[in-house]
Amino acid sequence: MSAAAQRVVIIGAGQAGGQTAYSLRQAGFAGTITLIGDEPAPPYQRPPLSKAYFKGEMDAERLFLKPLEYYAEHQVDLITGKAATAIDLAAKQVRLDDGETLAWDRLVIATGARPRRLSVEGADLRNIAELRTLADVDHLKKVAMPGARLVVVGAGYIGLEAAAVGVQLGLKVTVLEAMPQVLSRVAGPEIGAFYTHIHREAGTDIRLGARLEAFEGIGQVTGVRIQGGEIIPADLVLVGVGVLPNLELALEAGLVCGNGIVVDADMRTSDPDVFAAGDVAWRPLSHYGREGRLESVHNAIEGGKIVAAAIMGLPAPVLDVPWFWSDQFDLKLQTAGLWTGADETLVRGDPQSRAFAVFYLKEGRVIAVDAVNSAPEYIVGKKLVASQARVAPGELVDKSISMKDIGARALG
Amino acid sequence: MPKITYIDASGTERVVEAKNGMTVMETAIKHNIPGIDADCGGACACATCHVYVDGAFTDKVGKPSAMEQSMLDFAENVKENSRLSCQIKVRDDLDGLKVTTPESQH
Repeated sequence: MSAAAQRVVIIGAGQAGGQTAYSLRQAGFAGTITLIGDEPAPPYQRPPLSKAYFKGEMDAERLFLKPLEYYAEHQVDLITGKAATAIDLAAKQVRLDDGETLAWDRLVIATGARPRRLSVEGADLRNIAELRTLADVDHLKKVAMPGARLVVVGAGYIGLEAAAVGVQLGLKVTVLEAMPQVLSRVAGPEIGAFYTHIHREAGTDIRLGARLEAFEGIGQVTGVRIQGGEIIPADLVLVGVGVLPNLELALEAGLVCGNGIVVDADMRTSDPDVFAAGDVAWRPLSHYGREGRLESVHNAIEGGKIVAAAIMGLPAPVLDVPWFWSDQFDLKLQTAGLWTGADETLVRGDPQSRAFAVFYLKEGRVIAVDAVNSAPEYIVGKKLVASQARVAPGELVDKSISMKDIGARALG
Repeated sequence: MPKITYIDASGTERVVEAKNGMTVMETAIKHNIPGIDADCGGACACATCHVYVDGAFTDKVGKPSAMEQSMLDFAENVKENSRLSCQIKVRDDLDGLKVTTPESQH
């Protein structure tokens, strides 16, 4: 690693890129910071895009992570509406799409991820939308008129949150999911079954195991054909089938990449002066003894803080257990930890009451919790994951024992 | 427009003009008030916008919802007058509100 860190360039002005800049200034970094984003807006929160913002309950400015004045006051040179097109590691330069080149001593790649696209017939028809950016949702909102038929492809967080808003806006909503349960990538079957029930109760047609064959229409989408030949009429289609990390710049520059840009515990890439954070980073997951890529606010904020600390030569912040949330109708799902690899599942509370939690255990230790309208289960569950303490399964499912007591006993 | 005073853990006061309908957390973010992280952006999901409400305003501000109370039950350094600032909406009768931020949100 070279000694002087006078110029930091951050590619990507999302939550991770923004946080890196804020944390650097907060820690007293005295050099220049250039934050480059290809969207027109300054760094903003994405979670409300599929929730309150789609519903029309929030204006765009309320999404901004910092007011515009912040960037001038704190000498963060915010360049919006421009994309980085190449990284030269040897010359320590970044080229932008307008031909400008920027020199750096430390580079941060926070380019995020982009919605995966389906390569089926008709995929380029009008009114087939994705949901990642403010512009995406502004477009959706124009077409999502009451009475319109919305077909959501993919029952992940984004798809289900948008479906919930769609129903609330008066749309006729169908959700197509190729797997036999909703939220299959992020939660177990208990949570999947519960949300399927909730959405069906609200009037949404949820089709599980539905394989998409083609989009129908001339110019504009009019229907979605699924395996078996049925065509589901659509005025608007939202595709939410996961994301792909934006790692092309890093790959072309010669940085080591897998399913993300490979970084160490300091979020440092294979080049010691280059860091990566946010959705694009393939990072050590210290609570799980493995590596992975996380797509979440927590991961973006934590990554930005770690990068800033590493650049400043400060100790890394204490790592949090990965956490997530999803708002659908009046239900708040709070998740702590990663459930993959669980060998036991315990349900606490009755899903019928719309407040319950699912604990995922591996070898007698809680590795994750999904809590629906159950903040104590979420918070104590998160502490249990962090501590890797053993818990008595009988206690976890016994509602007569409070989470506070369970936590106190297990955590000592 | 109602005025809100934010006092940080060292006692420094910052007075800002707030807009009705915005939350006390959003007002802090808009005015670069240190000491409020608000990681989740106001979804009542993270408890990093914890504040102590000045005694003169605790009744006016009201009690936390069940969800907020649960989040607070497990936050650090919680007191009788603790609230999550993302759950307090600014109104005319909160003019003069004073809130103090804790030393740390984590």
